[in-house]
Amino acid sequence: MSRHPRAKEWELRLYIAGKTQRAVTAFENLQRICEEHLAGSYQIEIIDLLETPKLAKGDQIVAVPTLVRRLPEPVRKIIGDLSNTERVLVGLDIRPRGRTVTSGESHAGSHE
Amino acid sequence: MSTSETIPAGIPKCPTGIRGLDEITYGGLPRGRPTLICGGAGAGKTLLAMEFIVRGARDFGEPGVFVAFEENTDELAANVSSLGFDLPAMVEQQKLALDYVRIERSEIQEAGDYDLEGLFVRLAVAIDGIGAKRIVLDSLEALFAGLPNEAILRAELRRLFSWLKQRGLTAIITAEQGQGTLTRYGMEEYISDCVIFLDHRVADQIATRRLRIVKYRGSVHGTNEYPTMIDETGLSVLPISSLGLDYGVSNERIATGVAALDAMFGGQGYYRGSSILISGTAGTGKSSFAAAFADAACQRGERCLYLAYEESAAQIVRNMGSIGFDLQRWVDEGRLRFHAVRSTLFGLEQHLVTIHKLAAEFRPDCVVMDPVTNLNAVGGDAEITAMLTRVIDYLKQSGITAMFTSLTSAGLVIEQTDVGISSLMDTWQLLRQDDMAGERKRLLYVLKSRGMAHSSEVRQFRLTEEGIRLEEAQ
Repeated sequence: MSRHPRAKEWELRLYIAGKTQRAVTAFENLQRICEEHLAGSYQIEIIDLLETPKLAKGDQIVAVPTLVRRLPEPVRKIIGDLSNTERVLVGLDIRPRGRTVTSGESHAGSHE
Repeated sequence: MSTSETIPAGIPKCPTGIRGLDEITYGGLPRGRPTLICGGAGAGKTLLAMEFIVRGARDFGEPGVFVAFEENTDELAANVSSLGFDLPAMVEQQKLALDYVRIERSEIQEAGDYDLEGLFVRLAVAIDGIGAKRIVLDSLEALFAGLPNEAILRAELRRLFSWLKQRGLTAIITAEQGQGTLTRYGMEEYISDCVIFLDHRVADQIATRRLRIVKYRGSVHGTNEYPTMIDETGLSVLPISSLGLDYGVSNERIATGVAALDAMFGGQGYYRGSSILISGTAGTGKSSFAAAFADAACQRGERCLYLAYEESAAQIVRNMGSIGFDLQRWVDEGRLRFHAVRSTLFGLEQHLVTIHKLAAEFRPDCVVMDPVTNLNAVGGDAEITAMLTRVIDYLKQSGITAMFTSLTSAGLVIEQTDVGISSLMDTWQLLRQDDMAGERKRLLYVLKSRGMAHSSEVRQFRLTEEGIRLEEAQ
């Protein structure tokens, strides 16, 4: 779980239900995308609904995994394991940096 | 196949508390299983579902969860407060939980595989929070509009329904009617235990509601389209045709209100609990005989319900006063109740339900419907006959004597015009006018009267200030 000490421009929440393979995949994909496009200006909070089920109501979570972009506003939601990078970028409203990065390339190793 | 599926009586039922619905389902919805309620917009799906939850919690001690996908909880509470349902109070008492699941397609981007575990978690929180035995999902179809991947959705719905069954919840799932299909997204594929269809159609600007049980696995059920009504007490379904021809009959005779007419029926008048038809062209005096009948009932100390479809109560009272019937006196004493309404204001079903409600409330001994032919304006002949069959069955079951007047068109053979409804009637009395020797004469004869000797004379009569006078037979 990566938390940054100072306030970040990008505040992201990843809702999962148990540490399933899909949840792990989603988290890895998310970290990779963030490092690539939002390095230093994002924070990810992971909410496991099996541990805190009541939180599903607040962000109107139906599907898991769901990534919620809480900041910058407006709130946006991306559902799925985030394996489709293009769609995640569109969903987060991030302009892809050039065409050298594709979802096929592995950046999974570049965790903080 | 399990025994519960082969023996209808073995299926546990969950009462809805909705008038009529528990009768045609022989006890309610299948307990511990999902039921699909489908129908067009405005058919009453949400209301039926909400009554199931509220009445379950209030009258049967079974807490329930209402999950709304389309209306928020404030809207829901406001919509049913007029029915006397205080949702916020019930939520406070932990008898009921409301959950609004909002899925906004425009906010959601899909990027890879997912499942609906989030929804399951939410439902579990709501269910466990109050120990719910019932649940409503209104309507799950919103998921199809809100989530992009239909294949995932369908797999997850299957999982959801078996999950609800495992938890032993009696569930209602609502779904919108599709084009030529029961539901738009084929929800009937997933719910096979019980499917109920609500219909709300408008013909000639008159709305009618009906309910039909499309299927009910392992249980007998009424198969007709049942008239349904929504009023200030909620939904009611009329199980009328479930009644058979098994009502008791009475040998008691009651006065017609015209002494000389009593004489034509073996000197004793009509049978109590029978149905009487009075046919005639305009101005032949049908309402006068109806008034005589109502007046006689009130004089015996009985109660009479007068359903007027053509004239106002005040007008009937005034007109009948001119021929010696003081009906106002009975109204004042509470023995006579008028219900005057233009027949075209409602559909036949609504009239039917109204008669039921008035009869249940006022408990009359006699009922007058004047004239039933006015209902032609709101239904075809076959429909009117069907409705009158139901009315007569119901009134006979309750031992109520009923008089119906029928306006026939001049120039037609009178015996033919009412042939459809006459078979339902025990006594059929005809009125007509003849021009004879420069004078218009009123004539009366009894075409039939089941179970009694009756006169076959054609009698002339006059409407006088002291009532109806039959001339001596010639």
